[in-house]
Amino acid sequence: MPDQPGSNAIDVRSVRKVFGAGEYAVTALDTVSVSIRENEFFTLLGPSGCGKTTLLRLIAGFEYPSEGEILLYGKDIAGLPPHKRPVNTVFQSYALFPHMTVAENIAFGLEMLGRPKDEIKARVAEMLALVRMENLANRRTSQISGGQQQRVALARALAPQPKVLLLDEPLSALDYKLRKGMQIELKRLQHETGITFIFVTHDQEEALTMSDRIAVMTAGKILQVGSPRDIYDRPAERFVADFIGESNFLEAEVVSVENCRATVRLSSGAEISAAVPEGHSPSGRATIVVRPEHARIVPEGDGASLHGTVENVVYLGTDTHFHLRIDDGTLFVVRRQNSPDAAQGLAAGQRAGVAISADAAQLLRR
Amino acid sequence: MARRQRAYDIRRQPGFGLIALFTFFALYLPIAALVAYSFNAADSLSRWDGLSLRWFISAWNNQAVQDASIRSLLLATWAATLATIAATMAALATTRTPNYPGLTFKYAFINQPLMVPEIVTGVALLIVFSRIKVWTGYTGMGYLILAHTAFCIPFAYLPIRARLESMDLTLERAAADLYATPWRAFWRVTLPLLRPAIIAGFMLAFVISLDDVVITEFVKSGGQDTLPTYMLGQLRRETSPEINAIATVFLALSVVLVTVFYFVNRRRP
Ligand SMILES: Nc1ncnc2c1ncn2[C@@H]1O[C@H](COP(=O)(O)OP(=O)(O)O)[C@@H](O)[C@H]1O
Ligand SMILES: [Mg+2]
Repeated sequence: MPDQPGSNAIDVRSVRKVFGAGEYAVTALDTVSVSIRENEFFTLLGPSGCGKTTLLRLIAGFEYPSEGEILLYGKDIAGLPPHKRPVNTVFQSYALFPHMTVAENIAFGLEMLGRPKDEIKARVAEMLALVRMENLANRRTSQISGGQQQRVALARALAPQPKVLLLDEPLSALDYKLRKGMQIELKRLQHETGITFIFVTHDQEEALTMSDRIAVMTAGKILQVGSPRDIYDRPAERFVADFIGESNFLEAEVVSVENCRATVRLSSGAEISAAVPEGHSPSGRATIVVRPEHARIVPEGDGASLHGTVENVVYLGTDTHFHLRIDDGTLFVVRRQNSPDAAQGLAAGQRAGVAISADAAQLLRR
Repeated sequence: MARRQRAYDIRRQPGFGLIALFTFFALYLPIAALVAYSFNAADSLSRWDGLSLRWFISAWNNQAVQDASIRSLLLATWAATLATIAATMAALATTRTPNYPGLTFKYAFINQPLMVPEIVTGVALLIVFSRIKVWTGYTGMGYLILAHTAFCIPFAYLPIRARLESMDLTLERAAADLYATPWRAFWRVTLPLLRPAIIAGFMLAFVISLDDVVITEFVKSGGQDTLPTYMLGQLRRETSPEINAIATVFLALSVVLVTVFYFVNRRRP
């Protein structure tokens, strides 16, 4: 679906960012283009060092693009310093002012905007309630826990009602349980405030559970943008399939292509249908990806697309993983959900077939 | 947090105790003697006539001592204030701008008074100021204030720069992100967090100015004796135990300042 201009909160257009010069030059962002819609929970997902923070900082105004432009509601903001952009940031380190109380921290942005005193007071109270910190309003920020600091940072950034909220790995410093709680909390806050969130994380699970849309990044580039379902079920590139969830990669021969689907021949000779990424016309050899839960173990010959020998059966409580050595030598993992009546009876060394669910195979661009 | 195990304990080095003891006495025995003699009732240093506050009272009532004390305090206050302002600006300029070639040179430039022997600076200032005195006819305290400010700057600069360097830059970014102009971000965030270092820098500069002899000797006009140069002048004539008393007061003052300095620095926001 093409985005019509003007309806986006943020448009990043062919932005490059190079740090340093000459032989020390680092290309942090390599011609990135992405549109973020209004009221969207948008996530930048990628490994450490791929340029996520750099992109956020360009939007916030702490850095300026080497090339390209950034639009906020259709207007170029390249010339605006950070304090003139209606965009607020929740910093990875929270960056709470240590010499101010919780309430003073939350009031800071409103004060700088020159809002009247009673409006500030009311808004601070509202924010304290929103993040459930009413009883800690007069504490120093050094006297509250990490999770509480996190919520103060959120309230402080939300108080001036920015057009866009930028969150740079805000949950990475929290322990597992607190992080799970905050994920739900953040979703709720986004929903209640209706503010566009741009959320940065390197945790694929976090991205999948929270986002409306995800941009997967690596090495300064955005590889794919889509809903969590799109990204998970229809990865367009090997990196995306590898980074998010578990994947089986199969080498195949393209037999025919029709609309967005291709018929491919696997090494076993079996032909299956695979989805093709938008705008890609495959030919010759291609790589196919199949998620472990989209395949089933079947008796050999019984409609099986692949044949091999069971190498390992790993019991994981909710699931069982079957590791098969396919006859062409590749390893293939099948995940089966455990249930009380599920037949067990498959052991290492046995021969077995693999049936791939219809619609489950995805052809990769690269 | 568990304290990290030291790989090697210097206290186990043979002779460590002896050297430490010697150093301790070398540093503090003369001072102890000075303090003791300042309470001596006798007219000369060669005799001990029992305890007395006689020389403290006599110093207190000495008009020349009074004048020199007031001049010293005024001079130190002015010089430390100006030096602290200059040092704060220099520290901001050297830590809050992107790294650029020539920055190392700037550090050296700011710290130059620490490297050049005081006597050289003194003579240089004598030459320059005597010309200016001829041209302008002005012979007031301005020259001393200017000279003291100059050599106090590096001392005020050190703690301020150290604090700025350890301070998280994201705090200032957060202020800008929350609509603070650079100027307001400075007043509301940078300066409050810098305050302990500024106070420390001021006190360091104050003590350095109070203590200076060499440069003051070269720069001062007639009748502009500070307490240290007055004491030196007294010593040239006869050794009056009055100066022991003054020195003891000086010592007490610096102990107080160092103590305050310690507590100010320990209190982190
Ligand atoms: N101020 C800077 N100067 C030089 N290189 C930088 C700077 N900021 C980021 N980089 C480089 O740009 C790349 C992307 O960094 P960053 O955006 O912080 O990644 P991420 O947030 O995804 O971990 C990294 O290689 C990093 O070393
Ligand atoms: Mg980062």
